[in-house]
Amino acid sequence: MAKTLFEKIWEQHIIKTIDGGPSVLYIDTHFIHEVTSPQAFNGLNKRGIKVFRPQQTVATADHNVPTLNQHLPIKEELSRKQVEALIKNCAEHGVELYGLGHPYQGIVHVIGPELGVTQPGMTMVCGDSHTSTHGAFGSIAFGIGTSEVEMVLTTQCLLQSKPKLMRIHVEGVLNKGVVSKDIVLYILSKISASGATGYAVEFAGSAIRNLSMEARMTICNMSIEMGGRCGLIAPDETTFSYIKGRQFAPTGAAWDKKLNYWKTLFTDSDAVFDKEYFFDAADIEPMITYGTNPGMGIGVTATIPTPETINENDKSGLSKSLAYMGLQQGAPIKGQKVDYVFIGSCTNSRIEDLRMVAGFVKGKKKANEVEVWIVPGSKQVEAQAKAEGIDKVFEEAGFILRQPGCSACLGMNEDKIPAGKYCISTSNRNFEGRQGAGARTLLASPLTAAAAAITGVVTDVRELMN
Amino acid sequence: MARKLDIIQSTFVPLNMENVDTDQIIPARFLKATTRDGFGKNLFRDWRYSNDDEAQPKTDFVLNHTQYTGKILVAAKNFGCGSSREHAAWAIADYGFSVVVSSFFADIFKNNALNNGLLPVTVTEAFLQKIFAQTNTETITVNLQQQTITIDATGEQEIFEINGYKKTCLLNGYDDIDYLLSIKEDIVNYENNLV
Ligand code: SF4
Repeated sequence: MAKTLFEKIWEQHIIKTIDGGPSVLYIDTHFIHEVTSPQAFNGLNKRGIKVFRPQQTVATADHNVPTLNQHLPIKEELSRKQVEALIKNCAEHGVELYGLGHPYQGIVHVIGPELGVTQPGMTMVCGDSHTSTHGAFGSIAFGIGTSEVEMVLTTQCLLQSKPKLMRIHVEGVLNKGVVSKDIVLYILSKISASGATGYAVEFAGSAIRNLSMEARMTICNMSIEMGGRCGLIAPDETTFSYIKGRQFAPTGAAWDKKLNYWKTLFTDSDAVFDKEYFFDAADIEPMITYGTNPGMGIGVTATIPTPETINENDKSGLSKSLAYMGLQQGAPIKGQKVDYVFIGSCTNSRIEDLRMVAGFVKGKKKANEVEVWIVPGSKQVEAQAKAEGIDKVFEEAGFILRQPGCSACLGMNEDKIPAGKYCISTSNRNFEGRQGAGARTLLASPLTAAAAAITGVVTDVRELMN
Repeated sequence: MARKLDIIQSTFVPLNMENVDTDQIIPARFLKATTRDGFGKNLFRDWRYSNDDEAQPKTDFVLNHTQYTGKILVAAKNFGCGSSREHAAWAIADYGFSVVVSSFFADIFKNNALNNGLLPVTVTEAFLQKIFAQTNTETITVNLQQQTITIDATGEQEIFEINGYKKTCLLNGYDDIDYLLSIKEDIVNYENNLV
């Protein structure tokens, strides 16, 4: 029978199915971090049991960590306690921890792929919704809650119901200045922030296949913003050559064996999806959000919607959103003043993102009033950026290259945007207060964010490109 | 061991807003605890208080209206979207709710709620509007065994869906971990058969 990519992986990982209920899904790799794991470890300790498969668990500290002076003790007491609890729990349970100071430390969804831990055909989970990122390798990867973290720690399994299946095709060639972040913000603007709820989403089509692994990760990362259980892209030569040679990638005969398996991971030509969407890459322009959910995005040259022009889904929330954002319906977004620029998060903090920004800003200077934070996704990204002289380019432009972590993506550490200020951000969520109480977030690509850093206002990056 | 649920009859708190995300339910700065308790007091923190100050409640937010109380939270569609933080479910349960009613729930939130003895009840948009049209003294009855939700004042009723396994868990206060631990042998067999 013809099968989708999702079904091939799913069926291989089902241990059994409860009558009329969920299935027991085996989890190959479990990532943990300091914020959503302590209560799970407490649960294990209460039951007096140890982590079942510690070798299949990878830990890092990212959500809460400072992005300056990481060599010093964490100042904020509660953050420090969470990080200390992670160190203690990992030591007691024999889990490898890439904590602060470790050369592999970084945002969990950046380090998994870059270490070669993330591989096609796997089931992967983490107590963080952007686990969907790893689906870019052709794996089933999704975010879970802390009770589920506890389940995986105790049994390496989860009870799951099979989601419905969606495929989103993007065909054709991207316009100048348009990158993968724009593709995903565009899809979101078309299908809304709940358009994929209940679905596993496969991204397909020539525009997707032509993307690098980093760019594919940006798309799968935001599949959760559509409500999707996970996002995935069939692995191909781009995937295999990305993995080859990484720290935890298979080698020798094991590589050949895996490669043979990975090559079977694609959707059969007559497999059936519950829902399919088709988009044309040529229709996409650099995107930006104006509202308070990631589906509220427009092309950078468009005007903010009015109740007449907005889609049904966001109609009722429009005036509340715009009041929060301090923006006017019907007004152009281009030219809107920006106070902060944040380039980072598991959506856009990989080396390719930093290269893209550096290539664009080289020889340019940031606008005086704008504060620019560039937060690399991992220690390895940071080291690579320095090796390539990217840090110098940033310095000359007046940008600050900080140290790795989630940072202003969720404002759990000190990196918060003050109330009422506008931040153009390469992260994934523009919810009220996400980047700090009262902060106003405009989501965009690294290029569009960099353009605003130079001009101080929302800018069509194409006008600054030669 | 989760708490047991069966029949919940209570007044309700109407939160007539769409796309309520988990960052609003419990803002990130409150995720620093290492236990599951005490999140209720920060539920909807930034909608409840001005300047993050409990002495400055926002009068336009429903949790600050003393006429609305009860064990049932009723919200508009796409409730619980965004971050996977289970703290959102903990905060709602810790505040004192046993049931959340909406016409549409985000996936991860729904799972998290079910794992914490908090029952998500999905109703049709029309039924939801009927609930919102009730006054604050009316009660709603949610019967998990029968899978019904009833507006007591009018007798209007809807049947809601719930996975049979999850229903048994909630009725008995079991959780998934108890079940998974009981099939450890199957899990080890599966691992041994991996090539
Ligand atoms: S960068 Fe943001 S979205 Fe990504 S894992 Fe960290 S907090 Fe979550």
